[in-house]
Amino acid sequence: MLHHLIRQAAASGFPEGGAVRPLTMLAAPSRRSFLKLAGAGGALVVGAHLPLPVLAAGGAPAGIVGPADPRPHAFVIVAPDNTVTVLAKHLDKGQGIVTGLATIVAEELDADWAQVRGAFAPADSKLYGNHFFGIQGTGGSTAIANSWDELRMAGAAARAMLVATAAARWSVPAGEVTVAKGVVSHAKSNRRFTFGELAEDAAKLPVPQSVALKDPKDYVLIGKPDLHRLDHASKTDGSAVFAMDIRRPGQVTAVLARSPRFGGTVKSVDDTAARAVPGVLDVLTLPVGVAVIAKNTWVAIQGREALKITWDDSKAETRGTDQMLADYRKLAATPGAVAANKGDVGKVFAGDVTVVEAEFTFPYLAHAPMEPLNAVVALNPEGGCTIWAGSQFQGVEQPVAAHILGCKPEQVKIETQWAGGSFGRRATTTADYIAEAVTVAKAYGKAPVHLVWTREDDIKGGRYRPLFLHSVKAAVDKSGALVAWQQRIVGQSFMAGTPFEPVMVKNGVDATMVEGASDMAYAVPNLAVDAHSPASPVTTLWWRSVGHTHTAYAKEVMIDRLAKAAGKDPLAFRLAMLKDHPRLAGVLTLAAEKAGWDKPMPKGKGRGIAVHESFNTFVAHVAEVTVNDKGHVTVDRVVVAIDCGRVINPDIVKAQMEGGTGWGIGHALRGEITMTDGLVDQGNFDGFLPLRMSDMPAVEVHIVPSAERPTGAGEPGVPTSAPAVANAVFSVTGQPLQSLPFSRAGLV
Amino acid sequence: MITITVNGEKRQVDVPDDMPLLWVLRDELNMTGTKFGCGIAQCGACTVHVDGAPARACQTPVGSLGADAKITTIEGVQGKAAKAVQAAWQKLDVVQCGYCQSGQIMSAVALLTDNQNPSDDDIDAAMDGNVCRCATYIRIRAAIKDAAQTMRA
Repeated sequence: MLHHLIRQAAASGFPEGGAVRPLTMLAAPSRRSFLKLAGAGGALVVGAHLPLPVLAAGGAPAGIVGPADPRPHAFVIVAPDNTVTVLAKHLDKGQGIVTGLATIVAEELDADWAQVRGAFAPADSKLYGNHFFGIQGTGGSTAIANSWDELRMAGAAARAMLVATAAARWSVPAGEVTVAKGVVSHAKSNRRFTFGELAEDAAKLPVPQSVALKDPKDYVLIGKPDLHRLDHASKTDGSAVFAMDIRRPGQVTAVLARSPRFGGTVKSVDDTAARAVPGVLDVLTLPVGVAVIAKNTWVAIQGREALKITWDDSKAETRGTDQMLADYRKLAATPGAVAANKGDVGKVFAGDVTVVEAEFTFPYLAHAPMEPLNAVVALNPEGGCTIWAGSQFQGVEQPVAAHILGCKPEQVKIETQWAGGSFGRRATTTADYIAEAVTVAKAYGKAPVHLVWTREDDIKGGRYRPLFLHSVKAAVDKSGALVAWQQRIVGQSFMAGTPFEPVMVKNGVDATMVEGASDMAYAVPNLAVDAHSPASPVTTLWWRSVGHTHTAYAKEVMIDRLAKAAGKDPLAFRLAMLKDHPRLAGVLTLAAEKAGWDKPMPKGKGRGIAVHESFNTFVAHVAEVTVNDKGHVTVDRVVVAIDCGRVINPDIVKAQMEGGTGWGIGHALRGEITMTDGLVDQGNFDGFLPLRMSDMPAVEVHIVPSAERPTGAGEPGVPTSAPAVANAVFSVTGQPLQSLPFSRAGLV
Repeated sequence: MITITVNGEKRQVDVPDDMPLLWVLRDELNMTGTKFGCGIAQCGACTVHVDGAPARACQTPVGSLGADAKITTIEGVQGKAAKAVQAAWQKLDVVQCGYCQSGQIMSAVALLTDNQNPSDDDIDAAMDGNVCRCATYIRIRAAIKDAAQTMRA
């Protein structure tokens, strides 16, 4: 759902930039053709060229209209030095996508993995648009799914050109030429070429208009369990470059003083003391805050501490989170905007059924990627700028930066860097921290500016997973079947007020806050889901797995309560309601079997299960916990089953399930951002408590073999991890965990 | 001018005494392998070795280090433990985003230099100060054990 909506929203354009053109998803590979461009230094450069269709009413592709865009997609560069460089249009923030994308190309090209390199593509939504979004960007676990066709074709086209070149040199039929592990061979005459020896001549050939893709049974790289990540060496010896590590000639560092309350603005600034700090170069009061510019980061931070700022809180959020929750509770007593309505839940609740009611609360959560937000911006003499950042939504950042500078979007170059985590934080609908950096660089004007957020800026700075309250009421009948489900969700919309609002918010319902609830997979004849989206100046944003972070939790914890009320086993209760969802049932059964669901647990130990679909991927978790004499919980072991279609790199999928599980459980244990009188109570990792080594359970991952189209793995490991733990605790204590984090209940 | 010894080399920097070693390394010496994560010694991303012991560079004023204190960063770490740890990290593909891994590796090398057969509790004690938001902890633990085995062999 998210993919589809972002695409529509992008098609509606960004008012700030006004120059974003839609690029719709092409469903039919036959519409693709191939172009090449003569690369520098005799390299063969090939991309699958996607002609630009127009967006038809309703968002369906209308087919190819007018001439194809003359520029090629450059996805693969075969160089004379025998390297194969795959250009990733997606940000790698740890999920391993550079490796995954390169694997797809290398497979069809029959390259040797040792010759394969990864690089980030430049910013250009027309060339490198995410076909689910219509603009260049990474998110919604879409990267593999949206690149699967074009990269296979790019690899196959490059291979065909190398084969044709070799065949011509040897004067043999192309059909007699084979390619394996980066070597082009003619067996009959025992002759061979490396890719590098052919690259320059191959680049002179026309790009084939159609190519045959490999039969999956012939794959040697895709699905291989021991293919190493392309970034494992540089991230082990300190040489990998993140935006934080960019050092441009003359570069200065800026930190921004932002309002301590959300929605506050600068009333007055006394910067005398800040300017007196040796090394402070300038202090600029800007719409984005008060910028202290200095010769290095340390001095900039010192300078900021010396600022005396009076803030205007007249439009700021001054409530604490307890007050906000109390307000949410009042709202939850009134009907909201309807997200789903089937049957008549009221009639069922009035009948002879067992009703279970629950209130769930979910705190604000920071993303807190390990690399604090930062970007380097250099104004270019010819106009425009160059941005070095862990850029996740180039298709938003480029037009927004252009708008700030008053230049054309194509005058904004983005040098995407390895990103030190994101978890959603770097993908914003307004390009926030990059817009700040461009604003400061423009105002300063004298040198490239590195805008750095400190950890305190990050923890106190918002764009949180919203605070949510769910009010759920459900009923099982005499036979123990789920017959009615009513759910009211209260929380901020992070789409309201953004360019995405017209599409993402329909009839008062932000699709990203009800996903996973309004479309619940469990068979239930009566379903009513509605939502309230109270506004607040507190800034919020999607957070790894978006709406599913809270909807899956409420659903799966509630299901265990209902199973208990129905006197049923939690696994059997779920399976009975998933007859129309074989892939969900499949992962559920696999996880249960691998975890030994039928085996009894010793006293003080419990097992819990949860299953959910998110981003077209199906995941089930079984968690085993120990609850000690003091009531403290330890998560001992977690079993995960995932079905994400065809798997490109099983070890990376495994890593994403491990990491997603840690992400889900870590925040459920102790993660919360709270506010008192509008001021954020936490400021760093001593207050916003991260998962640490000693918290991490053993995680076993089982992947369902599949020939379905590949989907994603970055987010789907999150939603079911925490409810599986909560259900395990419930099985021991009988106490449902409905108020997160668990530390609130004294469990950790 | 302050003189420090980084990876065996004497370096002179013109900075105040209270400037944390982290920023001296990153902004003055352009040695960016040591990372800024929190600034208050809560995440371990800036872990370096001072005379062989792990230290959080963000809370180490450069003036507190003598000219002869041996500062080792990820760029210069070497020896049996470093070799084993880096090899194990690559063998098991520990990294995800990778930003914390310089610090993780420096902590792991310090642990294995002292203890070539660490228990799970030893690993927890040595590594709990290093945060990984990607939660690569399972592989870090496995890689430490793998490296320990290599060192014992």
